[in-house]
Amino acid sequence: MQKSLLLGVEAIAQGAIDGGMSGVYAYPGTPSTEITEYIQHSKQAQELNIHRDWAANEKTAMESALGMSYAGKRSMVCMKHVGLNVAADCFMNAAITGANGGMLIVVADDPSMHSSQNEQDSRVYGKFAMMPILEPSNQQEAYDMTRFGFELSEACEIPVLLRLTTRLAHSRAGVVRAAEVVAQNEMKLPEDKVQFVLLPGIARKRYKLLLNNQAKFETASEESPYNTYTEGTDKSMGIIACGLGYNYLMENYPNGDCPYPVVKVSQYPIPRTMIQKITSECDKVMILEEGYPVVEEMLKGYLEKEAVIGRLDGTLSRDGELKPEMVGRALGFDVEEGAEVPNLVSARPPALCVGCSHIDVYTALNEVVAEYGEGRVFADIGCYTLGALPPFNAINSCVDMGASITMAKGAADAGLIPSVAVIGDSTFTHSGMTGLLDAINEKTPITVIISDNESISMTGGQHSSAKGKLEAICEGLGVEEDHLHVLTAVPKKRDDLKEMLRKEFEYQGVSVIIPRRVCVQKNVRDQKIKKAAKAKAAAKA
Amino acid sequence: MKTDMVIAGVGGQGILSIAAALGSAALDNDLYMKQAETHGMSQRGGDVQSFMRISDKPIYSDLIPAGGADIILSVEPMEALRYLPYLKKGGYVVTNSTPFVNIPDYPEMEELEKTIKELPNYVLIDADKIAEETTGSKRAFNFVMLGAASPFIDVPFEYLEEGIRKIFGRKGEEVVEMNIKALHAGRKFAEENK
Repeated sequence: MQKSLLLGVEAIAQGAIDGGMSGVYAYPGTPSTEITEYIQHSKQAQELNIHRDWAANEKTAMESALGMSYAGKRSMVCMKHVGLNVAADCFMNAAITGANGGMLIVVADDPSMHSSQNEQDSRVYGKFAMMPILEPSNQQEAYDMTRFGFELSEACEIPVLLRLTTRLAHSRAGVVRAAEVVAQNEMKLPEDKVQFVLLPGIARKRYKLLLNNQAKFETASEESPYNTYTEGTDKSMGIIACGLGYNYLMENYPNGDCPYPVVKVSQYPIPRTMIQKITSECDKVMILEEGYPVVEEMLKGYLEKEAVIGRLDGTLSRDGELKPEMVGRALGFDVEEGAEVPNLVSARPPALCVGCSHIDVYTALNEVVAEYGEGRVFADIGCYTLGALPPFNAINSCVDMGASITMAKGAADAGLIPSVAVIGDSTFTHSGMTGLLDAINEKTPITVIISDNESISMTGGQHSSAKGKLEAICEGLGVEEDHLHVLTAVPKKRDDLKEMLRKEFEYQGVSVIIPRRVCVQKNVRDQKIKKAAKAKAAAKA
Repeated sequence: MKTDMVIAGVGGQGILSIAAALGSAALDNDLYMKQAETHGMSQRGGDVQSFMRISDKPIYSDLIPAGGADIILSVEPMEALRYLPYLKKGGYVVTNSTPFVNIPDYPEMEELEKTIKELPNYVLIDADKIAEETTGSKRAFNFVMLGAASPFIDVPFEYLEEGIRKIFGRKGEEVVEMNIKALHAGRKFAEENK
């Protein structure tokens, strides 16, 4: 059987294309970005005319996906875990409206925070919304379960959450594709014309329906091919292994000779009969799950009536991603690690690229801020967050998308004047605009620097929704003309930028300065693409 | 047949092309493979690694267990040492000797070389120089490194050549030949200096 070599995220993308999806909606975020990129680069997706443009943020993305589902077609929305916080309003309510066309909400968690602010576990959200959850354990399952997810969503008439974590997202393996590509749905409006109208009277009915459907979701989990029970001879312990936890379990039994009964969980709500069987037959149960102790807490209960071990009692580390040797030790194996890292090995933290425009911004900003005293720069999420590290040490906050402007506002309200916000172009259109409106409405004395590199750079240079629109947006929101400045971010203009900052720091209202120069990485990639296109055109001629 | 290898370097050095050639070689020959890599923030000049696993039996974990790697292949000497906790007893460290210095506290080269030479099994190779001497360009240094690691990889050498052909085929015969030459030069050095 011919296999394709795919990352976990790519397997999801191909699974969605082959599974009859009509549109993907997303905002980039590690480790989820490549799902949408893969679909954008796919010739098949182009031929099938699948929607695949980036959205301004995760909330707009999810709402568009829900709209497509309303119209009867299969849709997918992709984001990183913290993106689900942004989209949470739609997410919680989409469980109540339900879906018409199959809808998959793909969320990539980042335990160990390789590229994130926290390690929240999206399964908690799934449980909160009372939605079915899929959690593939390998690349083949990622492909198969994406196709399966659309069917499940249509059968259960509700969006389905597909959760994965960094290791599966960014690990490659051979994947066998299905022989058939599912045809896209025809447009078909919901039979119940008020299904999506969450007025209290309707919402109460829909919510009751969601509650009543929980039993149906549980039956689906019991019957799912992705949840399995494997008998074992040693009943001193049973193991419940969720998602990637199953891989780390089996890694420790390379010949497949695990003596304990095992429940593999890849679909939630957890399969009740299997769980009841393993807990009643075994003396105790070990839970292996990547992320929060979600299943463990559920089974253990507040009164700890069940003998359950895992992340809560220290059998496994409470934080960070699972590792095979960690699971090996928990299973009682003598794990021998290699030599220690010699002392001479230095840390090599990520850094801004040589020639990056953010360097020009921070160099100028640091000099001017020093004149006023430090502790007043609120930054945001993007490459410019690296301004927190030496040699710049330039920023005092990085919390969530858009928080730079609103935190600067709050600090200014408290009397910290001047307060400065540093935000990127794409982060500004993602979640900065509304905060700027707050500041404008109150004429709060803040200086907002939109460090515009015309790209979503940290995730690989995706198209920024802000491109070519920043001045018009700021003017439209009400930034005064005299206090809206644009300049090129280059070393020789650093003095101009400093003068501008000094002047605006003194202004008792909202100022916006936009230092602009395209991302150096994006520039290199764009030039390459141009060159290739030119060569192709020449070859044709 | 089973090889677990940590491929190490600095963001931007192109370690993923090594993994891609190996991955292609494995898949075309009906072997199982898994290859986990670093994306996102660390790619900005930070340390990056890829876990490459090849076997004739199904592979479960995407991560290589600590103390489980047969080989550390590093395109940069300090990065080779960062992953020693992953190396199994008797495993090989195959590393480029050309440093990538983008931090102020990079160790002294002499110290670094001394530490590498104290390892029980190592190949220390100036891949940049060998690439330039054999192909006229430093660009192929990654495949000098793969060649140098090849004696310890439990995959037939021809498979690696096929892998290079596959991933560089679209770029033309010249690029393919350059990288295959580099592969052979690396292997020759390792055979003589392991």
